[in-house]
This record gives sequence, C-alpha cells and structure tokens, in this order.
Amino acid sequence: MQRSLYIDADKCTGCLQCEMACSYENEGVFNPAKSRIKVFTFHHEGRFVPYTCTQCDEAWCMAACPVDAITMNRQTGAMEVSEAVCVGCKVCTIACPFGTVNYNQDSGKVIKCDLCGGDPECAKACPTEAITYVDADATGFDKMRAWAAKTDNATAAN
Amino acid sequence: MNHLILGAGPAGVVAAETLRKLEPSASITMLGDEPEPPYSRMAIPYLLRNQIDERGTYLRKQQDYFAARRIETLVERAQAVDVAAKQVRLASGAARSYDKLLVATGSTPITPPIPGLDQPGVTCCWTLEDARKITAAIQPGAKVVLIGAGFIGCIILEALVSAGAKLSVLEMGDRMVPRMLDPTCGRLLQKWCAQKGVTVMTNAVVAAIEARGKRYQVQLKKGAAVAADLVISATGVRANADFLQDSGVTLEHGAVRVDEYMASSAPDLYAAGDVACGKDFSSGEYSVQAIQPTAVEHARIAAHNMHRHRSVKHQGAVLMNVLDTIGLISASYGLWQGVAGGDSSELLDESRFRYICLRFDGERLVGANTLGMTQHIGILRGLIQGRFKLGKWKARLMENPLQLMEAYLAATQG
Repeated sequence: MQRSLYIDADKCTGCLQCEMACSYENEGVFNPAKSRIKVFTFHHEGRFVPYTCTQCDEAWCMAACPVDAITMNRQTGAMEVSEAVCVGCKVCTIACPFGTVNYNQDSGKVIKCDLCGGDPECAKACPTEAITYVDADATGFDKMRAWAAKTDNATAAN
Repeated sequence: MNHLILGAGPAGVVAAETLRKLEPSASITMLGDEPEPPYSRMAIPYLLRNQIDERGTYLRKQQDYFAARRIETLVERAQAVDVAAKQVRLASGAARSYDKLLVATGSTPITPPIPGLDQPGVTCCWTLEDARKITAAIQPGAKVVLIGAGFIGCIILEALVSAGAKLSVLEMGDRMVPRMLDPTCGRLLQKWCAQKGVTVMTNAVVAAIEARGKRYQVQLKKGAAVAADLVISATGVRANADFLQDSGVTLEHGAVRVDEYMASSAPDLYAAGDVACGKDFSSGEYSVQAIQPTAVEHARIAAHNMHRHRSVKHQGAVLMNVLDTIGLISASYGLWQGVAGGDSSELLDESRFRYICLRFDGERLVGANTLGMTQHIGILRGLIQGRFKLGKWKARLMENPLQLMEAYLAATQG
C-alpha cells in the first residue's frame, strides 16, 4: 500500500518544525527557505496551511522535463529529481500548476518533495499531527486530485 | 496500424512512447534528420557551459531505449507528403507509407536578410553541431557578436561570458526578449547584463557581415562596426513546414493548422510541437507557441487521437516561458501583455532586480511576468489554468501581488 502525506491545516500552529526538518534532511541546513514543504500564513484568518507536492498522477514536472531527470519511485510513488541528470532548465518549475517544484540557485538544480524516500521528516517533526504519513486511500487525496483535474488541459471527449 | 512520426524532438519522442503504450502491437517509426540520438535543444546552454556532456542532452538516457520499445528510428528527412496516397517522400529518394502520420518536425532558426550570414564564422545556436562549433570557437578573449537578445540569445549568455569571450550583443528591438518580457522587465534585464559586464545594444540593426581575413566586421545600419571572431545569429525560429507546401495541408502562421484533436486538414495527418499552429488556452485562438511543455502536451494528445480519433480533446496550451540570463530568472505566462480593460498589479524592486506584474481579466488571473522569482512560480499556471474566480483575493493581490500561493490556497481549499 502506497502512503502519502495527509495535511490537516486546521491542526497546524505555524511552528515551522516541518520546514526545519525538511531543509535539514535534504539540504543539511536549518533553513525554511530551502524547505520543500512550506507553511503559508493567512494573517486575516489566523490560519496556517502546510503545503507541498501531492505526487500527482499527471506529474506535469516529469512530462515537461526535457532530459528525463524526473522519474517515479515505484516503491513510494514519489516523483524524484535526479540531481545528476537535471540541467537546471527550470521548465518543470513553470509547468507544475501547484508551484511545488522550486529552483535552487545555489545548486543550479530543482528541488521537490520526494517523501524522503518513504520516511518523511516533516510528518515526524510535526508536533500536532497536522502532517501525517498515511495510507493513500485515507488521505482525502481525492480532493487534491480533483484540483489537479481542474488544471488538466486534456479532457476525454467521448 | 502503421504510425509514422516525422521528427525526433520532444514531441516526436513523447508521441512514439504514448502510441506504444496505447498500441502494443502497432508499427511505430520515428524519423529525425540529425545523426545523434533524440536530444533536447533545451539542454544545449548547459552543454555550452560544460555542465553536461552530449549524452546529458539526450531525451532518453538508456542506450537501446527506442529499440526496446520497438520504436524504429531512422536518420531521414521528409521532402513531401502525398496525403491522398498517404505516403511520405524522403530526401534519400525512398518513400514511406503510413496509416497515421504525425508531423513533429519542429522549427528552424530564421535567416534574417543580412548579407554575409552564410560564412564559416557565422553560426546559429540550435543543433548539437552548432554547439560543437561554438564551443570550439569561444576561447578566452575571442570576440563574439551575438545577433539577437531573445530567448536563445539570453540563455547562452552565461556560457559565452564564463568561457571568457568578449561579447557584443545586438538586438534590433527596443528591449531584450520583447516577445516574452514587458518593457519594465526587458529594461531591468538589460541593466542586469550591464552590471555583469555584458553590453546589450538595443535598436541595433545589422546591415552586413564582412570577412576580414579570419575575422569579421559586423556592420550596423547606424553606428560603428563591431569586430568578431565568431558571429552567433539567434533571431528567432520558424516552423519546419516547407515540405508540406504543395501537399494541400492547411498552413497558418507558417505552421500546420490543427484542430482540438491535433488533426490537420488532411485525413490521418496530425501535428504537434513547434510545427503545429494549435489552440492557445488563454485567447482561444490558434498560434505557434514553440515551447517544450506545449510540444509534450500536443504530442500526448495527438497520439491518443492517432490511436482513436476524437478520443482526447485539447483545451488549449497555456503559453509559458522561463529564462535564465546570467543568473537572473524571468518568467512569462499566458496573456502577459494584459487584456483591454483588465487590471494589473505590479511590484518593482529595482535595486534587487525583482519584479512581478499580474494581469487580470475581471476576477481571474490571465497572465504574468516575473523577474528574480524562483519559488512556487508554477502556481501562476495553476491560477491561470484553473480559471479561479479570486473573489476578495483579487483586491489582496492588487495590493500585494506576491501573495499568489495564499490566493491559490484560498481559491482551492477555502
């Protein structure tokens, strides 16, 4: 059973532990600016929303990559960027309609959530269970997929 | 079923792969007119910077990738198509029949009407062969004249600068990248280049290129001539559709006019990528986008309709571009020039080379230009293509256009 990140924004307190854990695990620094998960703050509503890649079926990033640097990890279902193959052209960053692939100017490569190979640090670091790593079927993932479908540019005609 | 694909760029390759998944037993043949395995022109700037080798430009890295999928690849060039006989005449003299034909022949650099363009020290930057020529010529101290400060001109600047070339950039337009960046963006980019030691002359029209021994003099319509060891011409591209001139296939803007199923006016003949004049998501009109994401999207949809006609309909491609000019990243989306009567929200930080301009049509985002932004940039596509009514977030974005992610989350999760 594949698992995915389930985000319950109502439980998020905006502590940014997830961003710290993500950047430390993936970039070796405690720097929220280098995190692949991002907590957005809604000042007017007093609300925090953690947000990262949903590893969507459409995989816009993977389709748009001109050098085959993004592949699906069949074990975790995550779309992973091969740093050795990525040339840093950034086409995936504009093609992803969720805005979850970012260019890292320091490395000259793109970065995105890879579910930490199946053991996501953000979920482990979250003190309020706003981010959990659960069976894909139980995540309300369908809702996310529905948004994905809204941005699909091909529809079945018949 | 016998599928014939003309062109081995991203559109050709994605179409071949998609067809193979849909039709395990079909015959699939892909023709390309360059000797290398299918590669990405998008990767050439990084090859010029020595960041990758030629293999790094290949669209698919596995050695026997196409053979393993029973996709026959041939180095051939199509010369004409007989749409009644469903046959393609090849440059070698041979002919190939097809049940379904995909024209994915891409585009080719424009040859501006400049006398002297056909000399050995003058090259385009389009193919791997061009890249080899440029690499060999850009020794430290070599004088390079780059004609055109459009997308390709800009994206190879870093490679030319880091190789130690003495660079002169001549742009005939009034700003850099006029087909992708608004005047503020273009002007800021020019300032950035100047800070990096690259002078970009705008409104500079080349009159002629004259040989002086092993060197060249690039004559301008106005102003002093510029000396060059190498001249790179990067003045734009046009669709490779000349071979269809007498075929009866309807061409528009010099490209194959396709419908929402990527089908041309001729039976069983489809087109995808730079050579296709297809539907634009934002305007609903038909145009040639000549960008990687559109090529791939076209190819996937064309393949589905080659498999079963009218099975998948194209909603139109969102125009999008991202460009790295000596480390300064610009992007454009959709109707970046704005629409009549639509609001714009602009934020400019000139000293930090940061700029964003959002274009609205009523409550919806329809286009954008950005400079110096690399985080969550794709959300612009999400907002444009989702056609989200922004409600109160429209006013918030008018106040602060950087709150894009928040606007998106509110529109989708609110």
